[in-house]
Order: sequence, then C-alpha cells, then structure tokens
Amino acid sequence: MSAQTKPQTGVEPEMHENGHQPIKKVSVIISKGSLEEVYPGLIMANGARMEGMEANLFFTFFGLEAIIDKTMDDMKVSTVGNPAMHIPSLIGIMPGMSAFATKKMKKDMEELDIPPVREFLEMIHDSGAGIYACRATVDMFGLTEDDFCEYVDEVLTVGEFYEKSAGSQIIFT
Amino acid sequence: MDTQTEKKLNIERDEDGHLADYTEWNEEVAEQLAEEEGIELTDRHWVVINFMRDDYEEKKEAPSIRRIKTYSDVGTKELYQLFPKGPAKKASKIAGLPKPKGCI
Repeated sequence: MSAQTKPQTGVEPEMHENGHQPIKKVSVIISKGSLEEVYPGLIMANGARMEGMEANLFFTFFGLEAIIDKTMDDMKVSTVGNPAMHIPSLIGIMPGMSAFATKKMKKDMEELDIPPVREFLEMIHDSGAGIYACRATVDMFGLTEDDFCEYVDEVLTVGEFYEKSAGSQIIFT
Repeated sequence: MDTQTEKKLNIERDEDGHLADYTEWNEEVAEQLAEEEGIELTDRHWVVINFMRDDYEEKKEAPSIRRIKTYSDVGTKELYQLFPKGPAKKASKIAGLPKPKGCI
C-alpha cells in the first residue's frame, strides 16, 4: 500500500504569537467502543480540519464499532465503571440504564448541533481527513473491508498508519 | 492578518479580525474581506455567505458547518474547497459575522 497521504487543503508555516510552531497535522486514534469514548476523537479530528490542519483517524480494537456499518448507528453510553457519570455501577448494570443514558446523551448532543456517528464520519470524510481501520483488529475480529461504512478509506497496518502520520501530533483516545 | 488591508477597509474589527458590527457589512466589504483571505468570490461563495447572513439574523450566532451543509445546498466537501483552511471561520469572516462559537 502506498504511503502517500491524500492531498488536504492548506498547511502554511507561520509562527504562533507565543513563539511556538502551530500544530499542522494530527492523527487521532480511537480505540474504545462506547459512544462517550468515540465522540471526543471525532470532535478532535473534525476540529483539526476546521482549523485548517491535516487530520487522520485510525480506528482500532473496539473503536472499530464506530465505522462498522452494522454497529455504528447503535453505539451506547457505558453506565458502569464511570464515576463521572454519577450513576453507581450497581445501578448502572440494571437493564435499560445504558439505553436511557444513551438516549439522553444523543438528545443533548443534537441540541448542541453534534451529529450522530454516521453523519459525523461523513462530515469528517468530506472535510478531506483520512479514515482508517486497524489491520490487526480487523483480522482478529474476522472482519472484511465490506463490513465498514463507505467513509473508510483503507485498512492499514500500524506501520502504514505511522507513515501517514509523518509530522503529526498523535492523539490516543 | 494583513493590517494594511484592514486599515484600507477602515471598519472596526473584533479581536479575531472579524467585523465588530455585522451591519457595517456590504458586498464590497465582503470582496475586501475575501481578498484578505486570498479568496476570489464566486456564485457558490455567495450562496454560503447569503445563507450565513440570513441564518445569523435569525439565530444571532454564526452557523456551524453542519448547519450550512444541512440547510444550504453547499455540502461539506464543497465548503472546504470554497473556503480552504477553515470554512466556518473564513466564511463567517467574509460574511461579516463573528467567529462561530461551536466546536463542530
């Protein structure tokens, strides 16, 4: 596979007023598969493109749920083991809790103009960012390229992803 | 930011270089602001600019990329082509509006 990154609009070197080089390129890795763990990475990648930076997204392990056609529309908020959720885990395991939290989060996000996962990926893809799936996980989960939504550019080995990330800040989520 | 052109325009700016008062905007001002950004305005740019100004009248907030691509006929891909290096920010500046507040 080619190491060539696809052309993205505009990267011009200019010094930030604090004397540091501005960030020009980011690679965001999404490794987890609950709704609240996928969004931060999507927002970071989209936000980078909005600021004129190059951006690449690499989905690995359970993060793949967000780009698998069959699962991406049904991602859930995790209500267990998250103290910031302010739901005791014993209550969080009760049937319906995750569905309830998910519904609430989706409603809150729609009010903030944050799109659902599929639409968000379409926006990020259309912004010119690269969207990639992790080869090791794809093989481990027995997936094929046909399992992914149309916005995925390629399945890459970690080495190939690092090649594409040349000059990037890497953000792991 | 090119302070020379800013002076040439002689309209008060906010700290982001956007117009301080969106009512001081007109089409010539837009052309000047576009020049500052190195953009030559076409009909498609105007579709975005006019949508943004109408939307701002209603919402009092510069629209997000999502709003633009949902409610105008200019999609995300085209927006990035028309306003490279940050469509929401650039387009709102040329439209004489403040910088969009949202993260999306």
